[in-house]
Amino acid sequence: MPRTVLEPRFQVEYLSILDSDGNLDASLEPDIPGEDLKRLYRAMLLGRRLDERMIRLQRQGRIGTFAPIKGQEASQLGAAFTLRPSDWMVPSFRETAAMLWRGWSIEKLLLFFAGYLEGGQPAPGQNDLPVTIPVATQLPHAVGLAYAAQYRGDDTVVMAFCGDGATSEGDFHEALNFAGVWHVPTVFVVQNNQWAISVPLKKQTHSRTIAQKALAYGLPGLQVDGNDVLAVYAASREAVERARAGDGPTLIECVTYRLGVHTTADDPTKYRTAEEVEAWERKDPLTRFGAYLQKKNLLDDGLAASVDAEIAEAVQRFETVGPADALRMFDHAYGQRPAHLDAQREQLAAWLRDGAGAAAPDTTAHPSPPMRGQRSTRR
Amino acid sequence: MARLNVVKALNLALLQEMERDEDVLVMGEDVGVDGGVFRVTEDLHRTFGSKRVIDSPLAEAAIIGTGVGMALYGLRPVCEIQFSGFAFQCFHQIENHAARYRMRSQGRFSVPMVIRMPYGGGVRALEHHSESEEQFYAHIPGLKMVVPSGPRNARALLVSAIRDPDPVVFFEHKALYHAAKEEVPDEIETLPLGRAQVVREGRDVTLVAYGAMLRVAREAAETLAQEDGAEAEVIDLLTISPLDRATLVASVQKTGRAVVVHEAVRSFGPGAEIAASIMDGAFLSLEAPIARVASWDVPFPGFAREKASVPDLPRVLAAARETLAF
Repeated sequence: MPRTVLEPRFQVEYLSILDSDGNLDASLEPDIPGEDLKRLYRAMLLGRRLDERMIRLQRQGRIGTFAPIKGQEASQLGAAFTLRPSDWMVPSFRETAAMLWRGWSIEKLLLFFAGYLEGGQPAPGQNDLPVTIPVATQLPHAVGLAYAAQYRGDDTVVMAFCGDGATSEGDFHEALNFAGVWHVPTVFVVQNNQWAISVPLKKQTHSRTIAQKALAYGLPGLQVDGNDVLAVYAASREAVERARAGDGPTLIECVTYRLGVHTTADDPTKYRTAEEVEAWERKDPLTRFGAYLQKKNLLDDGLAASVDAEIAEAVQRFETVGPADALRMFDHAYGQRPAHLDAQREQLAAWLRDGAGAAAPDTTAHPSPPMRGQRSTRR
Repeated sequence: MARLNVVKALNLALLQEMERDEDVLVMGEDVGVDGGVFRVTEDLHRTFGSKRVIDSPLAEAAIIGTGVGMALYGLRPVCEIQFSGFAFQCFHQIENHAARYRMRSQGRFSVPMVIRMPYGGGVRALEHHSESEEQFYAHIPGLKMVVPSGPRNARALLVSAIRDPDPVVFFEHKALYHAAKEEVPDEIETLPLGRAQVVREGRDVTLVAYGAMLRVAREAAETLAQEDGAEAEVIDLLTISPLDRATLVASVQKTGRAVVVHEAVRSFGPGAEIAASIMDGAFLSLEAPIARVASWDVPFPGFAREKASVPDLPRVLAAARETLAF
């Protein structure tokens, strides 16, 4: 019996449309109306400026630990831009720019990172899951949402985000496998930012690409220049259209870079070189897209000022939020509060009213407890 | 009205709830064509098709994880984990997500799913097929933990679990699946979650049990009545969490004595919370220390030694007599 080839050689494509100087491969340029290009750029700028502001707010102790997005704006927005509001977005914990685009308000995001669960409550009708912190565990949810949408006969696509580190988790592989078997309308967007805290991609996987992992599950995988918003957009639009047409799930690997810290408690100088960061700074997605818009004469004067004003107003509103009402912690544990929680709520209410708790210092202004990988901040 | 065993009673609950509500679907390993390894989902795929009775790939985390996603969308998945011993591969999805989505989203989302698992020993099975580990789920805020003890309450509790707005972990004792038949009404019946039942009234000692241990507790009560002239009150918990403390406390206020029986290992098991709740509510009525009869604190010892570990009639009787004589 001879050995036979069961599958032809797989191919994994790489897509890049706009290089780091803003030069365009015109044959691949997606057809995006000028107004949409301007909205996209503004969203990227808002993501960048809010990120910078949030780092200052964290250093001042006004919000807790969070995961900055600097450098990943194109990966997030090029992808999320292709969704309809009625589609679902399933973030991990580093998708602030995409979440803003999907309708989360700046105040809500700040509240969330200041330890208020109110900040994780999507608006009525908003088809977004809140931040998921345990790595890759949100991906099966996206597959279940997509199954349910298909089951109900809804014309709905689910887009889920994760990072390169997540591709080592079992939930990533289980989610891809289920999505493939069920042929559901899910788009997996992997933001390969090269580092899972201190562990570089080469220690995370021996695969040449992350995109090729999709092929083992029978779904297409595509690698794109994640700092090129046009490439991310083009790949995502294709994947979303495929999903909506009933042609199943897709994985998109966005090759990008976390220009900043893992979280505000991380010190990347310990594990990577300044030269590496500088090399990626030259590939900044905002600079590149800005140059493209400049050539098209689509860059508005005063854009940065208007974005900063929007952030400043939101920060002001955030600052007016009063201390968290401790008794509300009992409101959403169950649909109907069971007897033992009624009793515990009464106990806490009495304690706050009459007991030593009434004089206890308000701790709500302090940063929330550490996230995965956090060390005590050195500054 | 038909005489059904637990398997048929659970099957009836699923069938009727799926007929009533298109949002109810069943998912798990071998639940479709095969009808489940214990046949609880038998023939459902014939009636409802493979989109509603899903033979999933073999991956517990994704069964629960995708179930969470379906529930977030508004469906009511009933997920089967083939044996509770394998549920640690999806424990993170239960603890991190199913139990927390309502809280995390501040009421915007809920996860109305049921996670069914066969549990318990006494069936001469290998490791991971014989454990009782309800305490892990009972400990998680946001979850409900239900353990029926017979065909009729199994059927009614499963219907209630499916209709409940919150995630419910539903334990089915393997030794009870075919142990006995009971009259089960044709029309749909429910039982409130979080409510225990006094299944035998008595004035001298309260025996608290659930699942397969209920039968042991009832036998102990009958023996005590015949041989000792002592009348034991027997409480069938039915729901472990939220615990029906009021029923426990009212009973011990009357009897002054309590013996808790469970198959889970003793330390940090449900008996500890039950005993503490009785102490909180009925301390001044207590005439004796609260006794616990449970499996020994060892990993599953193999079924050749299982009988020496899982509580049985002699051990429960001994504990009750010691309590009565205190």
